[in-house]
Amino acid sequence: MASNSSGSDSSDRQRIAQQRLSVIAGHLQRPVEGNSGILAAECKAQGDKLDVSSERRTVPRRRQEIMKWNGWGYSDSKFLYNKKGQAEFTGKRYRLSGMIIPGLREWMESTFGANLQHKTPAAPILNSSVVQPPTLNEAFLKELKSTGIPFSHDAEDRVFRSHGHCLHEIFALREGKIGRVPDLVVWPNCHNDVVKIVELACKHNVCLIPYGGGTSVSSALECPPEETRSIVSLDTSQMNRILWIDEKNLTAHVEAGIVGQDLERLLNESGYCTGHEPDSMEFSSLGGWVATRASGMKKNIYGNIEDLVVHIKMVTPRGVIEKSCQGPRMSTGPDVHHFIMGSEGTLGVVTEVTMKIRPMPEYQKYGSVVFPNFEMGVACLREVARQRCAPASIRLMDNEQFKFGHALKPQVSSIFTSFLDGLKKFYITKFKGFDPNRLCVATLLFEGDREKVLQHEKQVYDIAAKFGGLAAGEDNGQRGYMLTFVIAYLRDLGMDYYVIGESFETSMPWDRVLDICRNVKARIVRECKDKGVQFPPLSTCRVTQTYDAGACVYFYFAFNYRGLSDPVHVYEQVEHAAREEILANGGSLSHHHGVGKLRKEWMRETISSVGMGMLKSVKDYVDPNNIFGNRNLL
Amino acid sequence: MTSTYKDSGTASLNDEEEFTDILEERRRNTDLGYALRTFNPQPYKGAPSCSTSDLNKAVLESQYLRYIAKEIALETGSSVEKVRQEARGILEEMSHNLQLGFIRLMAYTFNKVFKRLFRSIYVNMEGLNMLQQAIQESPVILMPNHRSYVDFLIVSFVLFTYDIPIPVIAAGIPLASMKVVGEILRRSGAFFIRRAIGSDKLYWAVLSEYVRTIVRTGCAPLEFYVEGFRSRTLKSVVPKLGMMDMVLEPYFKGEVFDITLVPISISYDRVVEESLLALELLGVPKPKESTTGLFKASRVLQEDYGCMHVNFGRPLSVRQLCEGKINRSEYNLIPRDLPQRPSTEIQDCVNWLAHLIVRTQEEGALISPWSLMACLLLQAPITTLTEEGLQWHGLTEKTLWLRKLVLDFRGRLNWPAHTPDSDVMSSTVALHHSIVHHKAGRVYLVQDGNPASQDPLSPEEKVMRTAAAVLMLVSYRNQAFHVFVRPGILATAIHITKSTQKDELFSFFCFLRDVFSNEFIFIPGRASQDFDEACSLLQKCGAVHISQQEVTVLETGLEVLSFLQKLLQPFLESYQLIFRYLCENGAHVFTEKQFLPAVRNLATKLILSGDLHTFEVLSSDTQKNVLSALRRLEAVTKLRASQQNEYKVNKAAVRRTGDILSGKIPPESLHAIPDARL
Repeated sequence: MASNSSGSDSSDRQRIAQQRLSVIAGHLQRPVEGNSGILAAECKAQGDKLDVSSERRTVPRRRQEIMKWNGWGYSDSKFLYNKKGQAEFTGKRYRLSGMIIPGLREWMESTFGANLQHKTPAAPILNSSVVQPPTLNEAFLKELKSTGIPFSHDAEDRVFRSHGHCLHEIFALREGKIGRVPDLVVWPNCHNDVVKIVELACKHNVCLIPYGGGTSVSSALECPPEETRSIVSLDTSQMNRILWIDEKNLTAHVEAGIVGQDLERLLNESGYCTGHEPDSMEFSSLGGWVATRASGMKKNIYGNIEDLVVHIKMVTPRGVIEKSCQGPRMSTGPDVHHFIMGSEGTLGVVTEVTMKIRPMPEYQKYGSVVFPNFEMGVACLREVARQRCAPASIRLMDNEQFKFGHALKPQVSSIFTSFLDGLKKFYITKFKGFDPNRLCVATLLFEGDREKVLQHEKQVYDIAAKFGGLAAGEDNGQRGYMLTFVIAYLRDLGMDYYVIGESFETSMPWDRVLDICRNVKARIVRECKDKGVQFPPLSTCRVTQTYDAGACVYFYFAFNYRGLSDPVHVYEQVEHAAREEILANGGSLSHHHGVGKLRKEWMRETISSVGMGMLKSVKDYVDPNNIFGNRNLL
Repeated sequence: MTSTYKDSGTASLNDEEEFTDILEERRRNTDLGYALRTFNPQPYKGAPSCSTSDLNKAVLESQYLRYIAKEIALETGSSVEKVRQEARGILEEMSHNLQLGFIRLMAYTFNKVFKRLFRSIYVNMEGLNMLQQAIQESPVILMPNHRSYVDFLIVSFVLFTYDIPIPVIAAGIPLASMKVVGEILRRSGAFFIRRAIGSDKLYWAVLSEYVRTIVRTGCAPLEFYVEGFRSRTLKSVVPKLGMMDMVLEPYFKGEVFDITLVPISISYDRVVEESLLALELLGVPKPKESTTGLFKASRVLQEDYGCMHVNFGRPLSVRQLCEGKINRSEYNLIPRDLPQRPSTEIQDCVNWLAHLIVRTQEEGALISPWSLMACLLLQAPITTLTEEGLQWHGLTEKTLWLRKLVLDFRGRLNWPAHTPDSDVMSSTVALHHSIVHHKAGRVYLVQDGNPASQDPLSPEEKVMRTAAAVLMLVSYRNQAFHVFVRPGILATAIHITKSTQKDELFSFFCFLRDVFSNEFIFIPGRASQDFDEACSLLQKCGAVHISQQEVTVLETGLEVLSFLQKLLQPFLESYQLIFRYLCENGAHVFTEKQFLPAVRNLATKLILSGDLHTFEVLSSDTQKNVLSALRRLEAVTKLRASQQNEYKVNKAAVRRTGDILSGKIPPESLHAIPDARL
């Protein structure tokens, strides 16, 4: 809080911020629209602070106004098959929006054995009558009302906050099945609001579940069915201001509810960025990143969340935890930030975070390299990591994913482009002798000043050449990254046609990358067969991050469930087996998705009994009455 | 006659297996045409084509070998380069050099030889089809039993015939030193392993990396004898775990998704080296493997050896077998290229798997009528066999009775269909004219003797002469033993304890199983399953009645029980005799070199005096097994310091074991039954 810092510092900071504000005022011209309820963002406690930005935010209190209730993302954006049977992506938000994707149908049909005739449409609207009436704690409610913090027990509001985006969660929603949902949703506006809510919750023994962007894929947001207390979802989405930007130290102090795209956009307006770009950045929130130890695709330049965070403020039942200074590194016992990072909402609510920022890169360039096979590709990535010259992002997609990416190519307008494509294909497969069923592609993203980028690019392509890699153009690279933003939309399309699937991730030492990729993919195929899946599954992976000592691998797994009576159960069994396989081969339980409730059963073997005891004792001290009762992690 | 027939034996569901005579077509076509046929196998899908030199290079340059070389250099004070040079030498001596040209040569030669030796070589096509499928999915390990030198390349021969990738084969180093032949074997895919590697760390490292690289890359199926060597007794040998460890490690470390094990059972009507084996067991040294020896042996080509069966077992997935038994994550914390001693859990699992394979080999083996006759001949008093002769009629009747029992016990019988039983009997005896002859309604044991021109034999020499013939019979009996061993042990337990209490019988059953676990193959940790199997088989053939608590002998079952008990009697007698020797002989410390002849002398004396009725104790195999059993029971310990295999006896413990075995004291006092987790 401002009062913690000395007067001169504070006024200094304010002066700079003020300057900054006037500099960027020009960027903030877009008119502020209605929705005054949401824009009345002034929080009394924060009155002495400057809100650097006052732009309209992406996430309204009523998420249902812009987002799907039973699928991914914006209501206006989705894949569908038009009357001609061609795949099309609706809306205007994305590069792919409004385009026809001619290859998708054939890919879906040939990969999954899916058929446009066999539809499995979702329940169109949320039927509020199937939502259990809320169990309200009247005393809590009464005091909450007196604070003036907005809240709601509308069924839709509650259902929206009862789930993340695990397959079983979305599948149930599509079938109109609603389980235990929060009894109340509150929208604190600032840190002090959170303090009040937590105090009241402790006083009245109410269960609090923090809710940020709702993009969890670890069942972290599921209400424990055994919870008998009133469950209050604490939605941080309205705590979304950048409170100040410190240009001397290159840090920004931000409220934890801000979602990635807003944070980036607002900082960009000031000429800065955090560079933290998880695939979910459109919707996931800063507080969520901290609580799950998130990782962004450009971590090679900017670092993962633990590298980016300088200071954290969290409200717990015991009070507020924060450090007394913003020193870049401290030797003061175990870093208490690491109790907070990855705590998955079990200890408290992260309210404000000071983060490193960087000047926006001058130049960005995509790229791609085709390798004759996955083994060569992995060897190349390993070499790039060894030389510590990884670009902002480097990802290696296996053959199946390469084909998948190819199927997402929008209709080409000119004959010339398609001619060029044909030529490229000819060159790679015929002239260079790459087997189209084995080749794989690495996508690259370079960032920095122009000259250095070009130099860097050459270095990486030279290494790639040693492993038989051929430069395959910017377009392929860019499409690879687009895939990560639309994949969740694609899952909704799949679910319209009997195809269910999901992604999961892990990290491992370099020497096990190939083995884990091969064994996990093979295990998925075998398990599907054993569990009676009638069609061969899609089982594909990519290496998404490189580190000095290892890599992060991301798996996609999907299958056509026609003929199965309980597809979700089968899906869960296969995913469970795949995770067992990962662990048996020396992969980690999670690289960045977190544990939630989905992967809890493996925590003890992952961190040892002593480790569990350490975490438990922290929980017992910080939250003895289990107010933060989402039961994640432990 | 058609070239296929149905295996008339087993009672299991998949007994409709068809065997095809692969020699039949060979006899119709030219050998040369066969050898030059197009060979175009479908390899393991993930396997890059991998030349011999690539393989050797990968081994030499492996991180593992580098690490070990450095370690050895540090320990011995020599330079790393020197150690690596040495490793290169070892690899050169070891590595195979598989070449299709030599496979063709091998195929050509084998055609000639096999057509001469055997009437037919039967192969089950269903097994081959499954193998062909399996080879494309994961690295395949071919695991045949080893009963004769003849079977060394038989699997390669069959696979060549059916367009399946040719395996590389682990062989003993003596074969490599045979002039020309060694090189031909090497080029037919054999790689050579020294005997008694002991603690030669570099050798182990090169060998294990070589084997693992073959499995990991899947460049060729790997064939090895899990029993470690050729069984001299034609009985399955307790598996050796060294190769098994190496072969399975790539799966444990996650370097391959799965490994497929294919047990292969090779059975012979008549084994080419039958008499050599018996002599060897009696202490006559085996001829050194040499090329000239091989040519001298060419007289064996004049003989008829009946049929050979190569039964390819169902491919077994290591992944499935190990499911729930092991936790592979123990390999997560050490770089995989570095050596890591597996946990006891993994070791137990390897041991269990190895035993399982040998048991599966046993179950896949075909039992010939001759094996049944051998069982019965051995139960006749020795003088009957050598002097009066055994009634042919009685033998026939008994053999047919035994045939039914074998079928009841789910044995895989190779009894020619559509042939009168009497013809089967007489043709069988004719085939084995080297052991028995049939004259005037009686059967006599043939005693391979020097003609009368020599000096008359001393009584000891006579015993040895008879013993050689008996041990040949014993080895053919052994081919069928696995069918009888579990009910046989139960029958023995009933006979010795005179109890009807199930739990008492069970504990004696476990004791016998433990004592005899070097003689017969018991899968570790399956004592109660073995007991249940024994009970149900005896019940099935009407020998006993089983209730919740009791096993009661039925009047109708006496014949079966007495047959089984007599079948095991030689083992009990042999063990007791050696126990007695150890207790009564003064020395507390002895060497193996003293032990073997001393036991042989004592036994010979007792046979001559009529106090001992079995010749099996004369077999060095039996003697060594007793020693191993006593070591396992901790009644005998091997002295570590000594170089020439010195042992120390705990006489009280030996005596007690003997007393339990004879039923004087109950077995509870012995150490606990090994855990039944596996």
